[in-house]
Amino acid sequence: MIRGRGLEKRYGRKRVLPAMDVAVPERGFTVVTGPNGSGKTTLLRMFAGLTAPTRGELVVGADRSQLGYLAHEPLVYRELTAVENLDLYGRLYRVSERRERIGMLLERFSLWESRNERVSTYSRGMTQRLALCRALLHDPELLVLDEPYSALDEAGAALLDRELQALSGIRTVVVATHEPARLAALATQELALA
Amino acid sequence: MTYLADVVALTRKDLRVELRGRDTLPAMLIFVLSTLVVFHFALPDASGDTAAYGLLWVAIVFTALLGLARAWIPEQEHGVLDGLVLAPCDRSAIWLGKTLATLAFLLASQAVALPAFVLFFEPLDTTALAAVLLADIGICAVGSLMSAMAAAGRSREVLLPLLVLPLAIPLIVGGVGAAVSEDGQRFLLFLLLYDAVFAVLSWASFEYVVTE
Repeated sequence: MIRGRGLEKRYGRKRVLPAMDVAVPERGFTVVTGPNGSGKTTLLRMFAGLTAPTRGELVVGADRSQLGYLAHEPLVYRELTAVENLDLYGRLYRVSERRERIGMLLERFSLWESRNERVSTYSRGMTQRLALCRALLHDPELLVLDEPYSALDEAGAALLDRELQALSGIRTVVVATHEPARLAALATQELALA
Repeated sequence: MTYLADVVALTRKDLRVELRGRDTLPAMLIFVLSTLVVFHFALPDASGDTAAYGLLWVAIVFTALLGLARAWIPEQEHGVLDGLVLAPCDRSAIWLGKTLATLAFLLASQAVALPAFVLFFEPLDTTALAAVLLADIGICAVGSLMSAMAAAGRSREVLLPLLVLPLAIPLIVGGVGAAVSEDGQRFLLFLLLYDAVFAVLSWASFEYVVTE
């Protein structure tokens, strides 16, 4: 699904991702680990097409409509409600049976009760759950998740565990995390950045 | 049709965000009205209508600049621009949605500012009103693109006027010309041409501004 050769990223003289080869198999579950500043986020942004490598070659076998991306930021409007945010993305992603899909995800991530409240009133954990709904909304083939467990409480983390378990083996998943042990049972490969 | 549906969804989202946050329109209204009041007292009685029309265009351009400076702030919060760029819609729809929303705010501010101008200074004929509308379209089209460029940098407030004002000079020339010249139609044609050229350029180049 993803193949990269000699991938490197620099901002001016600063190297934020050292040259590396990477291969993510289709329907594999790849866990990306490494200390802060090792380039995990940069690598995932490259996979998502948000950042171009300074050197090297990258081929991603999924177009924008097949990619679900969870970033450090939730990528949702603070002044809109959860439903309004998901409805906007649902339209842009041409999600069929949009309302039903939005309702199902909000239920699944325990946001149904607060669906008509503005995101600015949400806690960090609720916002992260909404960001997960946004990333999953169009049922993507390739799911790229950057620190998905951050800000989630134990209940939220358990919800995400179940979701990832359901997706493993049927979708290609790439997860950057500081808690690789949590995903050890699902991981088909680990990409350790130094 | 899908493209238009995307543009409608994006414009409606911007209007809704503004309706909730009230960050842009009140600031534009207060700015343009206070500017006209200051000009009213600053302009000597014998200055004539030519000077007054010139001041109107100063107020219009700087009010637009104020709106444009805030145009991409909701997208900067929570990294929403990345989310929109990743969506499989044509990226120019994002620019067009933002341009239409900014135009709506500018027109709303002028719905108050133009009667105030007539009250304080001179009447506006249909040629002058058409020039204002055409200039609004031009400045919002090119300004939305420049504002997106400036938003990517750290010094948005400094960068935006540097990018927009040189490009707005033809609009000021055309706008003032349409209001004071006897051959106002020629200036309207010039503004129309400017709008067409810069709207197409902005529409085509937006994708390269928001992607690496």
